[in-house]
Amino acid sequence: MRVTITITHKPGVLDPEAQAIATALKNLGYGEVMAVATGKSISLDLDETDPARAQQRAAKMCESLLANTVIEDYSIAIDHNDTTANAKS
Amino acid sequence: MPRVRKPTIAIISFPGANCDRDIMVAVAAITGKPPRLVWHTETDLGQPHPQLVILPGGFTFGDYLREGAIAARSPIMDAVLEHSWRGGFILGICNGFQILLEMGLLPGVLLHNKSMRFVCTEVSVALHPSPVAHVMLGSLKEDKPLALPIAHAAGNYYTDDETLARLTGNGQVALTYLGDNPNGSLADIAGILSDNGRVLGLMPHPERKIDAIHGGNDGRLLLKSVIEAAA
Repeated sequence: MRVTITITHKPGVLDPEAQAIATALKNLGYGEVMAVATGKSISLDLDETDPARAQQRAAKMCESLLANTVIEDYSIAIDHNDTTANAKS
Repeated sequence: MPRVRKPTIAIISFPGANCDRDIMVAVAAITGKPPRLVWHTETDLGQPHPQLVILPGGFTFGDYLREGAIAARSPIMDAVLEHSWRGGFILGICNGFQILLEMGLLPGVLLHNKSMRFVCTEVSVALHPSPVAHVMLGSLKEDKPLALPIAHAAGNYYTDDETLARLTGNGQVALTYLGDNPNGSLADIAGILSDNGRVLGLMPHPERKIDAIHGGNDGRLLLKSVIEAAA
């Protein structure tokens, strides 16, 4: 089962990369850009067919390693169409 | 000649750490005794149990995910946590400081520098005396700032207001930058201590300033104070 985790900065946390991107976009003439936020996306192929359990395990992974909850928020998206357990040997 | 106390010191080494040899040389120069180097996949700090564990600077695991995040979950870290729970001393330098924060042994995080630039320079660091700071930094002269090198991209210390107030109130803000703040850190923080004063994390590199040939020995003074505290 494919699980996609999106990690973003909490509101108010300094995001220098986003500031640099915003400046560059403005320099390129995209004056409509009001704000930029960066983050990262982590995809997991889980050997799991139960979406609820996949969600729960992914949340645990975020709490224990993938996100630093002092400065980052995370969201978890389960691909419900992908019900195959990852059985690659 | 006065007897020099020599604590057992373990330095943890990780892939991508590049200051492990520097700190080994610095420690050996101070104590006359080579410290123990412990690889991150070990699960034991070795015998006799070290009084002081040092997490060196560098770019562990290529700074992947977040600086220090992967090193903080290495197999050896259960032993480092246990060492801390037993009241053992820990020093984390630069990436080692980032690792201590990721482990939760110190509060807060180190964000990327406000300037978006890697900074490599020398800074002047003020010492903030307190009973907590006295534990590891007691042999340093309180009124004398230290000239120490820094080299980092993520040294911008950040925490919530409540934690900052607690750190300040308890005397855990051990070291602050004097003059221009090189990375935008909250309250000019360069280094903080745990509430028992036995875990110190700092951005400056004391191991790079231990000899006249380095242009000074303020780093040696700081390391000597930490080592003496652990002895």
